[in-house]
Amino acid sequence: MARFIGVGSLLVSVAVGEAPVALRDVRFAYGEREILKGVDLSVQRGQVVAILGGSGCGKTTLLRLIGGHLRAGSGKVEVSGHDMAVLRRGELYELRRRMGMLFQFGALFTDLTVFENVAFPLREHTDLPPELVHDLVLMKLHAVGLRGAEHLRTAELSGGMARRVALARTVALDPMLILYDEPFAGLDPISLGVIGQLIRRLNDALGASSIVVTHDVHESMAIVDYIYFVSDGRIVAEGTPEQIRASEDPFVCQFVNARADGPVPFHYPAPPYAESLFGRGAA
Amino acid sequence: MSGPVAVARRLGRIVSDGVWRFGFAARFLVMLLAHSGQSLMRLHLTVREIYFSGVLSLLIIVVSGLFVGMVLGLQGYETLQRFGSGDALGVLVALSLVRELGPVVAGLLFASRAGSAVTAEIGLMKATEQLDAMDMMAVNPIARVVAPRFWGGVISMPLLAAIFSAMGVLGGWLIGVVFIGVDEGAFWSQMQAAVDFREDVVNGVIKSVVFGVAVSLIAVFEGYDCTPTAEGVSRAITRTIVSSALAILALDFVLTSFMFRGVS
Repeated sequence: MARFIGVGSLLVSVAVGEAPVALRDVRFAYGEREILKGVDLSVQRGQVVAILGGSGCGKTTLLRLIGGHLRAGSGKVEVSGHDMAVLRRGELYELRRRMGMLFQFGALFTDLTVFENVAFPLREHTDLPPELVHDLVLMKLHAVGLRGAEHLRTAELSGGMARRVALARTVALDPMLILYDEPFAGLDPISLGVIGQLIRRLNDALGASSIVVTHDVHESMAIVDYIYFVSDGRIVAEGTPEQIRASEDPFVCQFVNARADGPVPFHYPAPPYAESLFGRGAA
Repeated sequence: MSGPVAVARRLGRIVSDGVWRFGFAARFLVMLLAHSGQSLMRLHLTVREIYFSGVLSLLIIVVSGLFVGMVLGLQGYETLQRFGSGDALGVLVALSLVRELGPVVAGLLFASRAGSAVTAEIGLMKATEQLDAMDMMAVNPIARVVAPRFWGGVISMPLLAAIFSAMGVLGGWLIGVVFIGVDEGAFWSQMQAAVDFREDVVNGVIKSVVFGVAVSLIAVFEGYDCTPTAEGVSRAITRTIVSSALAILALDFVLTSFMFRGVS
């Protein structure tokens, strides 16, 4: 069963009760390097879901598969009921108009001002009069606390401000699915808390679903509904924040308590230290 | 692995990479042309690029054109006066510029000034995920970023070549007529009689359009295809300038061999 809802000038079909995002046994490799080795996960409407894992474990690849930037080697990636593997470019763009993605470093357009950056998707996809675009942009900027920065160039923004402007641009078209790539990386404690609360509030206000890819355990546990832990290309643990806190899984314990020793080795595979320092004779 | 086998394997890789890259460039050109409609319908995008590629290149084009014309005036008069043909200086300066030096030198300068800037801009947009962000917003980066820059370059190049030639003629006049004392009437009238609009001017314009397409395509392709790192962007800029220079000189030979064969 499907119902139709209006998004700007578009009418899009949404399957009622269908998970906005569902991955089934997804595998992906860059050349011969296998990144994802059979991932299953789903995101329900209205949920904020975190995908946690160490650097290079395949988190961002997962996000790019969901966004349609990459195609899975095998398995199925479904977004709003659409199989991402068979979508043509036009269909993919139609779907992306209902999605927003916050990139790790904001990816703001450096030749545009803060205002123009947030107005960009509105100007590209709608025929709204300039006065209405102006008001909408100011509303979005107000939501992230940067209404007063509308005239600034992107070069004049701090890292945290750039992330907030990018967030305003991400939600400019009121998306139904929002993807966040490392939204907490490199932020000071105040910005970190503000961005975290914004993610939660925006998701609830828009009635959207959000996926937050991060390695910041504590900040994400405070705002999300469900957590997936990724390691070595697989989902190794999952649960609500309460379940994760109570978990005795060695991986979860190592990750949540930031221990160097555990299932995840701190060191990249290497020959013995003495051998590297003093040559083979020392081993 | 033995030496010859390693060399053969490396050579094979270079050739296959080259073929793959050439194929990708051809596919890129097809995509670019297919998505050029927006550049025409939203003309302000292309006009903005004409400003950045064309108007901002004016200074280097005007100054270089003037100096090249002045050098032609000096060198040309030195040679012509040995044969008692100093009055033909205008013809020499005009034909040299309109047929060859205008399109070729303007093309080389355009590649260095505007082509490298376009590659750097697109490459940095790629490195900072701006192109990915645009794509994620359902805005095609080829239509929105690449095509306007391509057409901006294609339109700017013939205009810059024409300005270069005009400034060169002015430089030749300055040296020949004002400083050396060649008869002004002979300078202009012989030029007017010798320069044929279709054979010389139109062919020169055709050359500059072809160079504009080549340089603009190389510039946008290198930017779009670069490795998204600081080093990758830097290498792409170098490739743009070197490939453009080689393409201009090679295309110039081919075009000249077709255009001016047997023309008296």
